Amino acid sequence: MSIRTRNWLLLAPAGTLFLALLIVPLTVVLVFSFGERAPAGGVVPAFTLEQYANLPARWTAFKNTLTLAPIGTLAALLIAYPLAYFLAVRADPRWKTILLILVIVPFWTSILIRSYAWIFLLGGRGLPALLEWIGIDGVRLINTPFAVLVGIVYGYLPLMVFPIYVSLERLDKRLLEASSDLGAPPWRTFLQVTLPLSVPGIATGCMLVFILLMGEFLIPAMLGGGKVFFVGNALVDLFLQSRNWAYGSAVAVALVVIMLITVTVYMRLLNRLGASRDDVAIM
Amino acid sequence: MRIYALSVYLFLYIPIGVIALFSFNAGRNASQLQGLSTKWYGVALSNPFVMDALMTSLTVALTAAFLATVFGTMAAVALQGISGPVRKMFDLLIYVAVMIPGIVIGIATLIGLITVFDQLNPLIAAVWPDGATPPKLNMGMGSLIAAHTMFLMALVIIIVRARLAGMDRSLTEASSDLYATPFGTFRQVTLPLIFPAVLAGFLLSFTFSFDDFIIAFFVAGSETTLPIYVFSSIRRGVTPEINAIGTMVLAVSLVLLVAAQILLRRGARSAR
Repeated sequence: MSIRTRNWLLLAPAGTLFLALLIVPLTVVLVFSFGERAPAGGVVPAFTLEQYANLPARWTAFKNTLTLAPIGTLAALLIAYPLAYFLAVRADPRWKTILLILVIVPFWTSILIRSYAWIFLLGGRGLPALLEWIGIDGVRLINTPFAVLVGIVYGYLPLMVFPIYVSLERLDKRLLEASSDLGAPPWRTFLQVTLPLSVPGIATGCMLVFILLMGEFLIPAMLGGGKVFFVGNALVDLFLQSRNWAYGSAVAVALVVIMLITVTVYMRLLNRLGASRDDVAIM
Repeated sequence: MRIYALSVYLFLYIPIGVIALFSFNAGRNASQLQGLSTKWYGVALSNPFVMDALMTSLTVALTAAFLATVFGTMAAVALQGISGPVRKMFDLLIYVAVMIPGIVIGIATLIGLITVFDQLNPLIAAVWPDGATPPKLNMGMGSLIAAHTMFLMALVIIIVRARLAGMDRSLTEASSDLYATPFGTFRQVTLPLIFPAVLAGFLLSFTFSFDDFIIAFFVAGSETTLPIYVFSSIRRGVTPEINAIGTMVLAVSLVLLVAAQILLRRGARSAR
């Protein structure tokens, strides 16, 4: 058997799966988004832009997603950076691996259960009861944008810490010594040496978190109580409740297109800033 | 700095800890701790709906993780040796599979498979021998396993390829110089070196499939997986039983994850 045949055989199952469960389904979504809603719940093939023209009907979902996703990403960055810095520069090397694993592990455990934990903590008997006890009355936390934001930061913090940690870890520590030898105070060394050199990590982390947030459903569903909903929640409603496949497909396509545009613009911007792209997978 | 780090760790682990603590609640009120007991674990484990959902989740996760690991490793090994358009196309597909939001994968699989099934079912019925009831393709465990396998396979390819790229090439060259067959080289040189990554890929895939809610929500048909069961129970209110189920789910993932992390790190060291 030639190497060529062998490679084809090895790739056959993967290729078939990608074709049947990625290419074909995504094509169906694209085709349906130009179709018309059938009375029975399916789609009548057509070529109409009616569904796309109707997108503003779900404007609130897009608005919520496009406000809370960037705010959530920024909040995660602000909380993650000092921790990543601590892990890469300050932490005792003997504890580093275990500390790092402790950050990564929550990301891979059930986001459902972890969001559920916050229903518990932010609900009437949780933090509000604690606040009442110290004299602050009438605070409602659950089912607010704040609750969703807490859930987002909690859910995606590990994904932000990891790439920043990697870029800080790679940083040549002699540069920091050189900076302080030349008389720079620590804050200046940080602003002019450390921070610029960790831009690739910041960029990767922000992009990963932002992309995942764009498609989020569970966190707003659990902590937003139907008041704070994302595009993901609109999609569940359109496909599983009102069964409007044509319109739902148009919403899904719009979501993916917004994501692609954001990522492309973001990459361009970074390349112009001269930062090299480096992919770090959290696994 | 240390205090800051500590408080972030507390932020990450207190919610998990609270769930675990309240799962041992003796009382029936979910948010008032009235003594400790393991009674809610008993309640959860003797609830037939929970056990059914658990069995479904385990079957799906084991099958999907196994298939994804085998197909993904095969593809990763093949992709290592080729370049050109085929390689580029696979790179693109892997990228798309990982980047597209899970919810869109779920939707696409749902309407894609239903559309294809609607075309296939009359065909099957037409060619089926008279008298026998023709099988009807439908959404269910099969479609869920297929959707998970596709996504997890992309993940396994990424993990295994990272290890293959870090592997010392001269080892496989030496093996073939010494007249080992390509398969012999794979079995005796490549596989032992990439095995930690393969196993880690399997464990991560299992965890992901076991915990996945959003894809299953769309493509599981009438099947109920454990996350779907938990999600619909939460809608009906917070109970100590959910705390117990949640704690068990977290414990299973934690054990598998720590194992995967150790394997990945040990693998990284030995491959150099």
